[in-house]
Parts: sequence; structure tokens; C-alpha cells
Amino acid sequence: MLRLPRLRYLRPASPREASTAAADLGGRAMLVAGGTDLYPKLKRRQFDPDTLVGLSHLGELRVVRGDACGGFEVGALITLSDAAAHEALRAAHPGYAEAAGLVSSPPLRNVGTIGGNLCVDTRCNYYDMTYEWRKSIGFCMKKDGDICLVAPSSPRCWAVSSSDTAPVAIALGATALLTGPDGQRELPVAALYRDDGIEYLAKEPFEVLTALRLPPSDGVRSAYVKLRRRGSIDFPIAGAGVALRLEDGIVRWARIVLSGVGSHPVEAKAADEFLAGKGLTEEVTAEAAEVAARPAKPLDNADLAHFWRKRMVRVVVEQAIEKAAARA
Amino acid sequence: MVDLCWFSFVMLNELDRQIQREPLNLRVNGEEHQILVPVHKTLLEVLREDLRLTGTKHGCELGECGTCTVLVDGQPQLSCLLLPIQLDDCEITTVEGMGSTAELHPLQQAFAELGAAQCGYCTPGMLLAARALLERNPLPSRDQIREALAGNLCRCTGYAKIVEAVELAAQRSLR
Amino acid sequence: MSARRGELRVIGQPLQKVDAAARVTGVAVYADDLNLPRMLHCRILRSPHPHARILSVDASAARRIPGVKAVLTGHDLPIRFGILPVSQDERALEAEKVRYVGDPVAAVAAVDEEIAAAALDAIRVEYEVLEPVMSIEEALREPAHEPIHDRAYTRRPFNVHRQLSYDFGDVEAGFARADHVREDVFFYQGNTHLPMEQHSAVATYIDGRLTLWTSTQVVHYVHRALAKVLELPLNRIRVIGAAHGGGFGGKTDPFAHEIIVSKMAMVSGRPVKCTLTREEVFYAHRGRHPVLMWIKTGVTSEGRITAMHYRSALDGGAYGSYGAASAFYTGTLQTTTYDIPAYRFDSVRVFTNKAPCGPKRGHGTPQGRFGVELHLEKIAHDLGMDPVELKQKNFVKPFTRAVNWLRVTSCGLEECTQKVLDAAGYLGRERREGHGMGFAISSYMSGAGTAIYWNDMAHSEVQLKVDRTGVTAYCGAMDIGQGSDSVLAFVVAEELGLTPADVRLVTADTDTTPVDLGSYSSRVTFMAGNAALEAARKMRNLLVEAVAEKRGLGGDLPADLRDTIEVRDGRIGDFSFEEACVLATARFGALSTTGSYRPPRIGGPFKGSGVGPSPAYSYSACVVDVDADARSGLLTVNRVWIAHDVGRAINPLLVVGQVEGSVYMGLGEALMEEQSYRKGRHKWPSMLEYKSPTFLDTPEIETFIIETVDPEGPYGAKEAGQGPLLPVVPAVAAAVYDALGIWVDEIPITPEKILRALEARQKGQQARYGPKAFPAFDFGQPIRVEPPDPHDMRVGPELEEAFRA
Repeated sequence: MLRLPRLRYLRPASPREASTAAADLGGRAMLVAGGTDLYPKLKRRQFDPDTLVGLSHLGELRVVRGDACGGFEVGALITLSDAAAHEALRAAHPGYAEAAGLVSSPPLRNVGTIGGNLCVDTRCNYYDMTYEWRKSIGFCMKKDGDICLVAPSSPRCWAVSSSDTAPVAIALGATALLTGPDGQRELPVAALYRDDGIEYLAKEPFEVLTALRLPPSDGVRSAYVKLRRRGSIDFPIAGAGVALRLEDGIVRWARIVLSGVGSHPVEAKAADEFLAGKGLTEEVTAEAAEVAARPAKPLDNADLAHFWRKRMVRVVVEQAIEKAAARA
Repeated sequence: MVDLCWFSFVMLNELDRQIQREPLNLRVNGEEHQILVPVHKTLLEVLREDLRLTGTKHGCELGECGTCTVLVDGQPQLSCLLLPIQLDDCEITTVEGMGSTAELHPLQQAFAELGAAQCGYCTPGMLLAARALLERNPLPSRDQIREALAGNLCRCTGYAKIVEAVELAAQRSLR
Repeated sequence: MSARRGELRVIGQPLQKVDAAARVTGVAVYADDLNLPRMLHCRILRSPHPHARILSVDASAARRIPGVKAVLTGHDLPIRFGILPVSQDERALEAEKVRYVGDPVAAVAAVDEEIAAAALDAIRVEYEVLEPVMSIEEALREPAHEPIHDRAYTRRPFNVHRQLSYDFGDVEAGFARADHVREDVFFYQGNTHLPMEQHSAVATYIDGRLTLWTSTQVVHYVHRALAKVLELPLNRIRVIGAAHGGGFGGKTDPFAHEIIVSKMAMVSGRPVKCTLTREEVFYAHRGRHPVLMWIKTGVTSEGRITAMHYRSALDGGAYGSYGAASAFYTGTLQTTTYDIPAYRFDSVRVFTNKAPCGPKRGHGTPQGRFGVELHLEKIAHDLGMDPVELKQKNFVKPFTRAVNWLRVTSCGLEECTQKVLDAAGYLGRERREGHGMGFAISSYMSGAGTAIYWNDMAHSEVQLKVDRTGVTAYCGAMDIGQGSDSVLAFVVAEELGLTPADVRLVTADTDTTPVDLGSYSSRVTFMAGNAALEAARKMRNLLVEAVAEKRGLGGDLPADLRDTIEVRDGRIGDFSFEEACVLATARFGALSTTGSYRPPRIGGPFKGSGVGPSPAYSYSACVVDVDADARSGLLTVNRVWIAHDVGRAINPLLVVGQVEGSVYMGLGEALMEEQSYRKGRHKWPSMLEYKSPTFLDTPEIETFIIETVDPEGPYGAKEAGQGPLLPVVPAVAAAVYDALGIWVDEIPITPEKILRALEARQKGQQARYGPKAFPAFDFGQPIRVEPPDPHDMRVGPELEEAFRA
């Protein structure tokens, strides 16, 4: 069977201590919470740390604080199952809860955390392969090699952002709390990502994501629509997170963010602008979806044909807008 | 073209690393096990290789098939993606803890009666996921059963008999 | 051997399997569960190239790694093997050449798996990389580069493995009298079995005797391959089928890892285990051949078929496997499904640099079924006729002999069709854009009529031992989860008036059980069932005779008197079963009976007639209900209705289980499963990316069992494990046409293909997605076969007599 490499496992007493340990060890260490993303990748030798800095025992990160009026602080270790089932969260931000509930499969969601899903590694079907397979085809620039196998003339890596929860979090204007060796900082979830398949996170590798702050619900409607081949297990091959505010049938503001179509969660700002001030007719929704799909750049490195995925972005956006708007 | 196959020694070099072993207390099926195993061994490996609880099967070891599902504090989780060191104070349940050949658990009884286990290889994981479902929802609908078991693949049954068996066990336990 | 006088007590009951408790409690011991003292763990180094010459292998560094106990390379296992005598083209470890990514090159056994896996990094292999051949089209051209196999082994143009061409009846005349002739091209993508259990084998070598526990469907064939490659007498080798975690045809070949662990055990003197990783299971493969088809059929204006010409090209991958038979199977069973008065069948199987293809559930027949069913649908539309009506007009009739000499006995096609049409409400279905239903039928063999290697022996042997401790049945058959052990117990229990739990079973162990050819070609119920029936009836007679003698009836008991002694409920006449055993043992000595089954000669008087004959064919009919979205191309299967003519259900519960599993697997093939390649390697050898349907992707399946009571099956039984897969795939495609008016002539039917077909229609092109043409290839002069009299039911010596006359 596939096995993990030999590793040391540290159990620091606090997020700060974790971050300090990780910073001290540099590239030799990786932070791990649920491990549902990291362990398969370690078994495939996609990373080569010799030390894991464990977070899962830090109970302080396993709480949800706040409510719909004041906003929520969701501890990073809250499992995706718990986030999906959290009643207040579900009532206030249904789009976020449904995104959490659509990640992978039920047993995986019982271990995978909301922090882990925000930080989930970018994916590519030339990269998420076993050591032997990658050795056979020739290593790619994301690990051990120097070219991109999807776009061999490309100077950059095109691995795909595959977080289901990031799009809605960004659409809702959520922020992430990070703890480093020297203290805490808070940044918009949107600012957590970079458009690069390799350096896809804007945080330092040793910074611990401790919580996600979601704003007060305040009449905001949200939804997430995920496209994948099967009803379970699969990563998104296109997804749309939508948050919007309707007043008397008119969109006051809307934010649309896409998953699975670029190396970062892609913000469809042109569509946001297009929607503002308009009534949500069928035509308006369709046009907004059309506009939203423009920045999506699927390549041949995920499931199904990229031509089709590109086309489906429109469909999922439209569905997500309709779903969000229909929510009270 | 002569090729030396991208010489790479990633795995070979790992043999030089020290192995960290941690004494752990693992509670499995109500029994305490004091173990001293390398921390990088997954729960799946420890159950099968160290505790010889081979009822837990494996189909991919990457979290993609659900075969190795066990219960951790009553929740279905994938033992191929768990490290025992992360399971302090947890109660682990494997298929061996569900029932025995002398006295089957109602779910096992229903699976046996309806032919929900053909080759039986996915069955331990299915049973445990189903047990967790019935504990939180004693009379689930067919759709709820499908949702709850959607992380567990089966290639023999077409799932039909599994859904029926979970329904049957649920109905019986309410009687 | 039809049903006996009197009431059946075990047969026909929905009893649970005899091993049900073991399977639901985790106590069944699968090969990977074995953990023997001092056991070594083996990992295999595989080719990273699709096509390359091995220049050198240097394993010296690997041997020096602490914990490494044995290293093997190609020179240690030079003898070739393969499942068919005509295709001995594999080596457990290749020494000269590799032919696909995943071809085994070297192996390491170490004290643990971690060390074994790491040591593979230390083996230095020098390759000369060769151009790979990755498609059927390419393989059918004159090779610009070195062919995959020796020219002496292949046919012109040298990547051709096998080719065949037959003319059954006067095909030209058939076309000439047709009112309408149509040609179509179809492609059936390859896919794999994906058993949940990864292949695993454990070997020991003690006192000059090799023992192998393995996850196989056929212990006998593994036994033979080990003897050949290891050069050991058969009597020094014992192969035991461990509890089986799913096969579907994928564990029917002897595999390299089985040979490697055996050799490792011999050289190291320690037990050795090898469990394939999931990725390696994709390379072991032997799955569904990708098949390109061209079909031409002539029909009268009423819709009666006058002639059919069917061509198939199979992408065989790197090795022969069962491929020589697979090529036949893509075409031979068309005539046991439909009444085709004149039939030309051409087929070619090519080698490519991909994992070898072989038998998967339905072995070679789902491809042809897909093509022909859709082809007939199109012909019906051409004629303005309902496809169901056209198909019904051409259904094969029971107790007839087909134009290619295959003999059809019981046939429940009409009943199956009526059942699913009624249940689905097919004729009155809701007609709206985006909703549709599709209908298709199929037939499948109840066991291949010919053995893999030519011999006159029985295909199944059962021994029965009865003594004061009870009944034991011995049989080489391998239970792969389908319940073949249970079927043996049911048959013996029925005949001896016992319950299945009273019957001890010893199966799939070459030391202790007589040969059975194993779990493939849906043969076990029919063949081992008949063998068990014979053994049990002999035993019953002994017990009855002893009881009769005790009662003073004595001597040569006339049959009707013997029948007055009831055998039921654990009693034989006035005696308990145990008392009867004592009486019979006292009277006859040790009680042991045997039964065996050999299918009669059925095939016609021509070379190649051995593939296709079966003592009986099962029949299925299926309706699929779908919603198809024209905007996204997304396809949802809402429900499947399937009726299956199983002859007689030995156990309806197990039959329904086989049918549902087949439907599920058919849906996977129709909708998503795909063994696809990119840049010379398997595109996605993982459970995540190779898509198999989950609970949420599998609709409700409504199954109807049709019983036609076959005259030769045990109690009238026929197969159930494979046939029901066949109609599902074309029924889905037909339903898509019904919903959107487009043809997707290629599986899997992905949303992209639906959109492409819709686009084609919009552009005024053919409303279809699929292959454009069948490549040019000279099939040579067909073998001309005179058709039989369709009412000639003779088999065996009588038939052979007729050939000689």
C-alpha cells in the first residue's frame, strides 16, 4: 500500500508556538490540521518535509463564535461537516455552509477542516499523481521538475485552485486570521491567494490560519454551485460562489467568485459591476453569467474537456445567482 | 534515444531519516492498546499490521474510495488518512467492534440477509458509515442513506441492496 | 437435467449466502490480510516508458540496502507465459523490452514494504526509448518504427495480433434482397474492472513445495502458469484462492506478481507478499478492449434483417491475454441475439503500448451489443418504425441454430421485453425535449463451451464425501463474491435433503479440490452446478439404497420403489441423515461420489468455431429513463428496468444481486468510466480520477427475473453475472436520442459529446458524435461456412457424426 514518508510530528502548545516551530524549520516543516489534503500528497511524494507541525490538538481553534448579527469567527479546525451542519451559520450564510458540505465525501469532511480547505493545494492531473507516475512522465515545475506539462512553453504553473469554500468566503467579504511567530494579522480571504499554481498562497508558509471571520448576515444572500463528474468525492471542475444583496428586487451589490478555473479563486468583478443596480431578470442573470465566465481559463489538467468546463462556468454562475436570489 | 529514467532518489533518501516512535494509548473497540509505532504509520496500517485487525480493508490509501472507513468517536473517518498520534482519547470502532459471527449487529444481519455484501471488501466501511448514520438518524430516507454513504465505493452490488439493507436494519431497530 | 419431480426446498429460495457472516464481520481472510512469520514484502519496479528496449539493469545498489533480502530481474524469470496457449507473450519480469508504462522490470523483497518501495529507486535501468504505438489506426498502418512484438509472432502490418474473417451464409445475396441498407461506425472506449480489492498474493516455499494464496478468479490457470515459468512439477505447487475482493474478469489471467512472489519465496526461503498499489491495478488491467466497429445491415421494408456485415478492430494493449478470444466475442453472439440469415464477421486485434486488455464482465460482447443495438435503432428510424418493433421482429427464437452454428436453447427474450416495456410504460412515455427512454436487449453465454487450452477433460469436477461427520463438497471453483460456493451448497443440500449450512465446502485449493476452470465466462452455476448435481445424486442413491436395504427392500431397487423413500428435512426415509450415513458407510465403505460436467460439442465444422458456443444463453431486456439537458449536456439516468432470463433462479436474491451489479457497471461504462491515455501513459490511474459511480450516481434499478427452465442447466438455471450489463449501455445511448434527437455513437457519453452532437446538428451536419470511419485494413479471404439447418439441435457425438457424414 501507499505509505507516508518517515516524518517527525510535533505538537506545539499554541498556534504561535506552531508558527515559530515551522518558521525555525523552514522548508523542512509543514503545518497540518486534518491532513486530508496533505497526507495523500505526501504519500505521492508531492512535498518533502521531514517534520509535520500538528495543529489538530489545539482545541482553541475548534470553536465557532458569534452570530448572524455580529458576524462569525469560525475556528480553523472546525471540520467541514460541522461547518456545513452549524445551524446559525447555515441560516446566516447558507452559501458558505453548502460549499463546506460539498467538499469531497462525508468521511473526508469529518476530518477535513475549514482552514485546510481554504489552504488546499492547487491541483493538476499531471501533478496529483504518484511519485512513480511523475517520474515516468518527467517531473513538472511544481515538484522536482522545470516545465509545465499542461502548457510546456509556459513559464508558470497552471495548477488549479480547487477550494470549494474560498469562493463564497471571498464573495461574502470574509477575512482570515493568521498567526505568525511575531503575532496575528487579519487579511481579506481574497488577499490570501496569488495567481500562481506553485506559490498560490500569499501567506508565509509558517503562518497558521487560525480562523475565518464571516461578516454579519445583514440580508446578504449567498449560494455555491459546484460542478463535478460525480455526486461525491470529486473536486470542483468549475464552481461559483455568489453573495448578493437585493433591495426591492434590485441588486445593490453582488460578488461572484469562481473555483476550479484558474490558479486562484477568480473574482468576476466585471459581472459584479454589471449586476449592481439591476433587477434580476432572466436576461440580466444570463448576461451576468456570460460576463462572469470571461476570466475563467480552464486548461486540460482537470477532469472532463476544458472546452466544456469553460462553457459550464456560465451555467454554474447562473444557477448560483438564481439560487442565492431565491434565498430569503 | 538512450534514457536513464530521470534518476530520482526521493524515496531512497528517506531511508536515512530517523524514525520517530511515540508511545500511544489507542482505544479500539473498547479495548486499550499501548502501542509504540512510528508516527508516520497511518491508523489503517497500525490497525492491520500492528493490532492485526484486518477487518479494515483498503482500496487506494489516498482517501478516494472509502474502503478503510472506521468510526472515530462515532464519526466515519478514513483510517488511511489518520495518524494515531492525532487520536489521543478517541474511541475507535472497526468492523470487529460492531458485532461478531456469534452475534451480528442488526446492520450486519441485514447486509447478510439481503446479499448487500457480495465480495465483502467494501462492506466493513459501508457498515460503519451506515451505523454512524443510524445513530444520528434512526429512520433515514433512501436519499439520506445515499448521501451518507456517498464516500464509499462498491463495485459489486450497484448499491441497491446496501440501501435496502440499511433501510431494513433501521426499520427493525425501531420495532 | 431439468427440474426433478417434486417440490424444491432449497433451490429457488432467497437464502443468504453460506459465507455471509464471514463477509459482514471482517473475518474473511483476503490475501492481503495474511501475515506470516518472517514474511517479506515485495514491490515491483515497472517501466516508465510505453515502449523501450532494456539495455541494462543494475540492481547491485538495491541489494546492498539493509533490509533488502532478494532482488529479481528479468534474467531470473525468462520463461514466457500467457493465459492462451497461442499467446505466450508475457514475462513476469521483462529483460529485453518493455511494452507499456507499468510493464514489470525488477522486484525487491525486503523486511518491510517501506524499504522495498525505497529500494526500487536504487535499481538502475538503462533504456533505449522507442516510438510508442498508441491507437488502433496507428497500429493498422505499416509500422514506421520497430513493432511492439517480434514479426514472427504478429501479422502484417506487424502490430496486428490476430485477425479473422468469416462468411456465414450468402451475405451478398442477403444484401441484394434488402430494401434498405445502412452503414454505421461506433467506438466503445476501454475501461477497467476496478475491483475494490487490489490484487495480492502471498507465497511460501517449504520442503520443496510452493504454496500461493492469491486473489484470483481461477486457481487452476495460476497453477499452470507457475509450473511453466518456475519449472516445477504441478504436484509441487499449491494455489489457494484467498477470500476474494472483486474480479469482474480482472483476476482471470495469471499475473506477474503471483509468479514473482513465488520465485522470491523460493530464493529467500521466507514467505513473501506482494499487494499491488491502486495504480498498479490499473496497469495489471486486462479490462475492456477499446473497439472500433463498422456495421452494415440490410433489411426488408418490413424490418426483417436480410444480412449483416460486422467489423471490429480491438485495441489490445501490449500483450495477448484473452485477446484472441475477445476478438471473436465482439461478433459471434450477434446471432444468438438476433435472427440474422447471413452474416459476415471480420475482426482484427492490434497491439498498442498500453496496459493489456482482456476479459471484463461481458468479455468482448458489450462493444458489439452497443454498436448493433444503436445501428438497429437507426435503421428503425430510417424505416419510420418503432425501434422496439423492429428489434422484436428479429429476435432470435428458442431452440434454433444460428447461421454461425451456435445453438440457442431456452430463450426468454419476448417475456423479458414485455416485462420491461410494461413496467417502464415505454410506449406511453412522456415525450418532451430533454426526456427520453431507450430500450435494448442482449444474450450471453452460460460458460464457454471450450476450455482455454485444448483438452477432452471435464470443465468442472466435484467430489462429495459423506461420513459420520457430515457432508463435504470439494470443487476447484472460486467464489469471487457472486456466491458460487453457496450455489454448490444449495445444490448438494437440495439433493440430500439438508440445509445449505449442513454442507461443508472446500473450494479453490489445487491440493485438495478437483479442477474447475474457475469464475469466468459465467460458467460456475451451469458447470459446477451440474457437476455438483451429478455427485449429489449419486450420493443420494447410495444413501437411499442403504436405507432401502435396511428396510428389507434390498437388492436392485426399482426406481419407483426407491422414490418412495423420501429424502427431505434431514431424513432419508425413516432414518435421520446421520443414521443413513452410518448404514451406507457400513454397506459400501467410505462414501465418496464424483460429478463432472463437460459441455457438449456445439460449434460448427470450421476453424475458430470454439469461441461462442455455450450450452445455454441467458437473455436480458432493459429500458433506461433519462433526462438530458441540451444546454449543459448533463445526463441523468432516472431509472433502469431490467428483465433477465436466468433459466431458473437457483437463488433469486443472488440473481438480483448479479443483475443490479451488472446494470451499475454498465451505467459506469455508458456514462463515465474510461481507461484513457495521454502522452503514452494512463491518464489517471487512481480511484479519484478514474470515475466510477457513487451511491449518488446510481439510479433505482427494477429487476425482473424471467424463468424459462433451460433443459441442460442445473434445475434449468443459466447465467446471471454478465449478460445484464450488455443492454444497459446501448439503452442509455438510445434514451439520449429519444431525449434530444442526437446520436452519441461512442461511450462514455460525456456531456461534452452531447454538446458536440447538438452543435453538429445546429451546423446542419449529422446530429451525432462519434468516429468518422473504420480504418482501411485487408481482412483477407473470409472463411466460408455453410449455415446449418436452423432446426438442427444436435450436439456432441451426434453433431460430430453429422460433420463426418
